[in-house]
Amino acid sequence: MQAQTLYEKLWSSHVVHVEDDGTALIYIDRHLVHEVTSPQAFEGLKLAGRKPWRVDSIVATADHNTPTDHWEQGILDPVSRQQVETLDSNIREVGALAYFPFKNERQGIVHVIGPENGATLPGMTVVCGDSHTSTHGAFACLAHGIGTSEVEHVMATQCLLQKKSKTMLIRVDGELGAGVTAKDIVLAIIGRIGTAGGTGYAMEFAGSAIRSLSMEGRMTICNMAIEAGARAGLVAVDDKTIDYLKDRPFSPKGETWDRAVDYWRTLHSDEGAQFDAVVELDAAKILPQVTWGTSPEMVAAIDGIVPDPALESDPVKREGMERALQYMGLAPRTPIAEIPVDKVFIGSCTNSRIEDLRAAAEVAKGRRKADNVKLVLVVPGSGLVKRQAEAEGLDKVFVAAGFEWREPGCSMCLAMNADRLEPGERCASTSNRNFEGRQGAGGRTHLVSPAMAAAAAIAGHFADVRTLA
Amino acid sequence: MKPFQKLDGLVAPMDRANVDTDAIIPKQFLKSIKRSGFGPNLFDEWRYMDVGQPGQDNSGRPLNPDFVLNQPRYKGAEILLTRDNFGCGSSREHAPWALEDFGFRVLIGPSFADIFFNNCFKNGLLPIKLAADEVDALFAQCHGSEGYRLSVDLQAQTITRPDGKVIAFDVDPFRRECLLNGWDDIGLTLRHADKIRDFEAKRRIAQPWLFA
Repeated sequence: MQAQTLYEKLWSSHVVHVEDDGTALIYIDRHLVHEVTSPQAFEGLKLAGRKPWRVDSIVATADHNTPTDHWEQGILDPVSRQQVETLDSNIREVGALAYFPFKNERQGIVHVIGPENGATLPGMTVVCGDSHTSTHGAFACLAHGIGTSEVEHVMATQCLLQKKSKTMLIRVDGELGAGVTAKDIVLAIIGRIGTAGGTGYAMEFAGSAIRSLSMEGRMTICNMAIEAGARAGLVAVDDKTIDYLKDRPFSPKGETWDRAVDYWRTLHSDEGAQFDAVVELDAAKILPQVTWGTSPEMVAAIDGIVPDPALESDPVKREGMERALQYMGLAPRTPIAEIPVDKVFIGSCTNSRIEDLRAAAEVAKGRRKADNVKLVLVVPGSGLVKRQAEAEGLDKVFVAAGFEWREPGCSMCLAMNADRLEPGERCASTSNRNFEGRQGAGGRTHLVSPAMAAAAAIAGHFADVRTLA
Repeated sequence: MKPFQKLDGLVAPMDRANVDTDAIIPKQFLKSIKRSGFGPNLFDEWRYMDVGQPGQDNSGRPLNPDFVLNQPRYKGAEILLTRDNFGCGSSREHAPWALEDFGFRVLIGPSFADIFFNNCFKNGLLPIKLAADEVDALFAQCHGSEGYRLSVDLQAQTITRPDGKVIAFDVDPFRRECLLNGWDDIGLTLRHADKIRDFEAKRRIAQPWLFA
C-alpha cells in the first residue's frame, strides 16, 4: 500500500459519501459545544422539527461568558447570562454525553476539558463551533472549527461536508533552548509562513523538538495552527499520547483500552509519505517571541526591535504595518524589551493548562509584579487545572507575587465577560490573537508564552525570561 | 437559504489585508442568541466613534467619517472588494450574518480564511477568489470612478466590469448548485441517511470505545 500521511489516514477512515466534485460527507465522532455558537443551531434544529442524530457524541460546557471571580453572584451581565442559560436549557432538552455547566467542578474552556476528560481520543474527528478546535489535533484527531450552520448540520446528520485539504509538514528538529517553549515555536512558525500560510492545508507538526514536548505543549502548537490559516493541526501518536489518556474518565478501559491502543499506534504518517508542502525549522535558533502588531504574524524575538514599515516594499503590507504600529502606539525600531506593559493575562485555550501555570509560577516565585503593572490575571483552563495548581501551591506563589488567581474560563482572551483591557492599555497575553480590540476596544495585545508573560509582569516591560535578574 | 444567481451591484473597497472576524463583528455582539440583526454592528469599532453595546439603538451613534462604508458614495453597496486573508480568526458565523444583514451578497478578494469562506456559502453570500492582479485592477477602477458597479453571474461564473471585460471565476460545483438553488445542506445530507447509518454501525463494531 502507498505510504499515507496521518491526515490521509484520518480522512479516509471517516468518509461516508463523496459527491462528483470531491465534496465529501465525513462522519463526526465528537461534537464539543459551548454557549456562544450553539443557540442558533439548537433553534434551527427545533424549527425544522429535527432530532439530534447522536446525542452521546456531544460534550458541552459554558466558558466564553462566564465570570472569573465572585461566582456566588452568578453572571451579572443579563445578555451573557441569557446565553449561558440558553445552553443549560438546550442541553436539558436534547441531552449530551457530558455537560459541565457554569460552577461545575469540571467546567472549563472547551478545548481544555475535552482532553482532560478523555473525551478527545486519537483517530476521532472532533468539531466545535470554535476555531481553536485545532487544539485536539495534538492527539492525532482530525479536529476542525466550524460555523454555527455546520454545528446544526453535525447535530442533525452526524456528518460534516468537507473537501479534502492539502497536507503540510512542519518539521521542527533540534533542541529548544532553556526558557523557550511550545508557544515560541508556534509563534516562530507563524512568523515564518504568515497567517495565511496554512490556508487550505492540514498541518502536521513533527520532528524531534515536537516529540520532546509534553501533550500540553503539543496542544499549544495545534491550537495556533488556525492562526497560521490551517483549519486542522496534527501530531502523531506516541507513548506520551497514550500515557496522557490512560485512566481519564471517558478513555476506554480494560480490554477495550488495549484494542484502542493497538489502533492508535498506527496513527502517524508512514515513512516516505508525500506532503504537498514542507517547512523546516531549527529549534535551537528559536528565541522567546513577542508579537508587536495586530496579526500573529507580526512577531519578533525578545532581543529584536519593532520593524520599520519604510523598509517594506509591498504597499499593502507596508500600510498594514503602519496601521498596526499606530494602533499599538509603537514607534519603528523600538527595542521589544523596552516596551512597558499595563496588564498581564495568563490563560486561554492556548496556555492555561497545568504546565503553563507551572512555567509562570516558576518565574513569579519569590518575586513581585512591577508597580506599573496594574493587573496580572491568572485564569486556569478548567476546574481540574485549578485544583491541581492549588494542590501544588501555585496559587500561593501567584498571590504572593501580586497576581490575581481566578476561576476558570476564556476570560480576557476575547473579553466576552467582564475581564478586559481599557482603551490604550497594553497587555502581555498568553492567548492566541492580537487583533484590534480583541481583549477590549482599543486594547493593545502582545502574544507571549506563560513564562514570558510572568517575566513581563515582574519587570514591568517585556524581558528575556532566560536572563531575568 | 436565500438563493444567489445574478447580481448587478455597487462595489465598496475594503483596502486592507487580514481583516479578521473580530473586526467584522466584535465579541460583545456574539452574546445574541438570534441569527439576524447584526448588520448595524458590522465593523462596529471602525464604523463608529464610540464603543457599541448589544441591544443599543445605533441610529444616534457618532459615525467615523473616515471609514469607507460611511462614505455616501458607497451607500447601498452589495459587493465588497477585499484584500488577502479576509475573514481570518474565529469561526463565528456572526461575521457572514452581519455582512449579509448589512446588504452584501458578494465578496471579491485574492484569498479568504477557510472557516469564514465556508460559512459564507451557508448564508447566501458568494465569496469569489481572483488572481491578485485582477483584484488590484478592480480596486484601482473602484477608487477611480464613483458609482462603480460589477455584474456577477454565478451560473456563468463570470464577473463583468463596466468597461466590458469579463473575468471568469472558479467555484466548487457542489457549492454552486446549493447557492444557485438556495438548498438546505441538512436536507441534502439526509438523503444519505442510510449510508450514514451503515457507516456508523460498522464503526460501532470496529471502534466500540467511540460509542461509550
